[in-house]
Amino acid sequence: MSSSPAAPAAAPGRGLPALLAAAFVACALLVVLGVWTHGRMPALASRHGASIDAVIRYLLVATGILFLLGHGVLAFFVLRYAGAGERGSPHASARTEWRWALVPVLVMCVLSEGGVLIVGLPAFRQLYVDTPADPWVVEIVGKQFEWLVHYPGADGKFGESRAELVSDARNPLGLDKKDPNVADDVWTRGQLRLPVGRPVLIRLRALDVIHSFTVPEFRVKQDLIPGFLGRTQFEPTRAGKFEIACAELCGLGHYRMRGFIEVQEQSEVDAWLSDQDPAF
Amino acid sequence: MAERSGSGVLSAPAAHAGHAGAHPAPRGFLRRYVFSTDHKVIGLQYLVTAMLMALVGGGLAALIRVQVAWPTLAVVSPETYLSVVTMHGTIMVFFVVSLALVSGFGNFLIPLQIGARDMAYPLLNALSYWTIVPGCLLMLLAFFVEGGAAAAGWTAYPPLSALAEAVPGSGLGQTLWLLAMALFIASFTMGGLNYITTILNCRAKGMTLMRMPLSVWMFFVSAVLGVLAFPPLTAAALMLLGDRHLGTSFFLPGGLVFGEEVLAHEGGTPLLFQHLFWFLGHPEVYVIVLPAVGIAFDVIAAHARRPPFGYRISVWATLLIAFLSMIVWGHHMYVSGMNPLVGEYFSIATVSITAPFSVLGINLIASLWRAKIRFTTAMVFALGIISVIGTGGLGGLYLGTSTSDIYFHDSYFVVGHFHLMIGVVTLMGTFAACYHWFPKMFGRLMDERLGKLHFWLTYVPMMAVFVLMHYQGLSGMLRRYYDHSMYAFQAEGIELARVISYFAFAAIAGQLVFLVNFSWSALRGRKASENPWEATSMEWNTASPAPHGNFADDPVARRGPYEYAPPGSRQDFAPQWTA
Repeated sequence: MSSSPAAPAAAPGRGLPALLAAAFVACALLVVLGVWTHGRMPALASRHGASIDAVIRYLLVATGILFLLGHGVLAFFVLRYAGAGERGSPHASARTEWRWALVPVLVMCVLSEGGVLIVGLPAFRQLYVDTPADPWVVEIVGKQFEWLVHYPGADGKFGESRAELVSDARNPLGLDKKDPNVADDVWTRGQLRLPVGRPVLIRLRALDVIHSFTVPEFRVKQDLIPGFLGRTQFEPTRAGKFEIACAELCGLGHYRMRGFIEVQEQSEVDAWLSDQDPAF
Repeated sequence: MAERSGSGVLSAPAAHAGHAGAHPAPRGFLRRYVFSTDHKVIGLQYLVTAMLMALVGGGLAALIRVQVAWPTLAVVSPETYLSVVTMHGTIMVFFVVSLALVSGFGNFLIPLQIGARDMAYPLLNALSYWTIVPGCLLMLLAFFVEGGAAAAGWTAYPPLSALAEAVPGSGLGQTLWLLAMALFIASFTMGGLNYITTILNCRAKGMTLMRMPLSVWMFFVSAVLGVLAFPPLTAAALMLLGDRHLGTSFFLPGGLVFGEEVLAHEGGTPLLFQHLFWFLGHPEVYVIVLPAVGIAFDVIAAHARRPPFGYRISVWATLLIAFLSMIVWGHHMYVSGMNPLVGEYFSIATVSITAPFSVLGINLIASLWRAKIRFTTAMVFALGIISVIGTGGLGGLYLGTSTSDIYFHDSYFVVGHFHLMIGVVTLMGTFAACYHWFPKMFGRLMDERLGKLHFWLTYVPMMAVFVLMHYQGLSGMLRRYYDHSMYAFQAEGIELARVISYFAFAAIAGQLVFLVNFSWSALRGRKASENPWEATSMEWNTASPAPHGNFADDPVARRGPYEYAPPGSRQDFAPQWTA
């Protein structure tokens, strides 16, 4: 206590507090305005996606308000208490402290759990609970660095595949010729055709490492785990062309593991499928 | 110290620490500055080591920014890019932030702030530092081996990380990565045990738990979390080494095909690794974020000239956060194929953390209420922490909510979010600590003008970089991509990536200002008095720089750590040690 505090601290100009407060306010306004004007997601193309977008919109509004409020108060305090007054205030009363602990606890519990349990529930149900009636079933098999698409054919049954039969050029899925269900199966490299307005059920598996089936327009992302048969379901709501991307780091070609989706009328999909060569 | 040594096993370290003070300071350069057992020297060693590693980690960040913003330049190959991304993450999380903030400042501050003469186990402390040095060297060595450094991401998910067939970096580079991580964990665990023992057993007379500064509380909670969470990662690393070199199949199922070759592994599951990794990985976030919050509380109290709002409540909120952080790891795995109902549990538990965490946020802001703020560099960094932690924290809700996470998972939204929390908050906490406690390290003050410049070159560009990444994530842009240009939905984001890169270069340049300021001030800075900030906690009850043995006499804590603006006193602060 032999000397006074450092000179810059002892003589706070009004400039720095004002600049700081301005920075906090500008940060808050720019972020919110930025989302408002430039925050765009790829145009929605699936039924359950609407409820995922609802969750995101809910969070944007709820967190946006808290974000503005927090930065506003921070900026105000910085300006208001910039070396003002004789001295700072001593401890607040326990009552005041507890009151201001309860407020954020209540607000955040309602806001965050509400997002998960109330706003998020429809999306959860459509993705994981509902069993779609009469779905269009396809299998996607991930391997470095492509998506193999496996259609069950007219019999609606996927033929058996075995790892030791995999041959990169002729039989990348390792389909077993001896299985009677294989004969009418069709496979493509990265060409996925889906009917519009019909639920789609996709079986997911991987041959080598983890991949993640991602179509942003459908709001779908699901990992393909080797040794594990996964699934995802959604319903395309508009015709068009979409890209499949891989969201899980899978090796040096991760960035170019691209697939193509064409959503068409059921009749067009059927016609296209019947033009394809069967597996064997 | 001696007063506290009771009976039984627990008294041993306390007695030893008391004893250490009786020794004269060691002579000779090697014993004083290299193989020292003094917690202050070891803290500085960690800090300097972290700065050196930060040069590497920052350089890698610059490379990433060039590649994603100007993919046609192809400054690195795709395989090198993955190594660069992996090593940037690993080095920054474990070898920069953890070392500087937790190991560096934890070591430096804990004994000083609780009125102890040293850590409970000074030799173990030195050993923990000398364990991390070969860890750093092994990690860096990986760049120069065949196949390059590890390339499976800092999360090292198998099978990618388990098989040399999967990616070139999964050869020797990945083995070195695992060995370096094992050394890091060993070092960090030794450090954590030392912190816990020291805080529980070596406090000065009168220094009750509820008289400890919040920084010590947060270092304590962080150490407990680290000691609980790291062992599963150690197990995972050993199991992964087994899968790689001993033919085990913990994480590898049957039927893996590379080219046309079927691997002999059978019966394991890659998901097991993810559970083990994130059982550490999520608490690790709090291991490094909480100390930054504690430091913010300390710094704000000293420079706002009032006690932190809600000291006790903050302690309880922190303990609750720590508990919750151990039971929410699954929120990193919503789209992994884990049972969605389990995911829903993780989602409910995860977002509940916002309740205690927002209490900390409110208490930080309310600590400015009716304050008398001195705008020192340490203070503006602490104020910046409030802004960044609010921004990053709110972003966490989008990822903790399992349904919106389906869209945001592995997008740039995630990258922006976690960089704000475990990158910017922790760095700004480290900086606030440097500017605030520099007098105790070197007996000098850091330059305030350069400090303010450093603040603006940190807060503005780093916020710009990581907030803009949230926009990229919203537009669907995915992380760990060497080149986004071939996708219609991602190509647009490259333009924004360039803007981000310019801000990133500014942020990196800003850190050079800090390095210059730090080294110049250590040698030539203005001399500091014992207590230049007129602060109240115990570390200011000794000379600047703090001498060997820390305190001239055995200190006694007579009141809480934050008695600013005490009613009925002419002075606006009542130090913890004065009668």
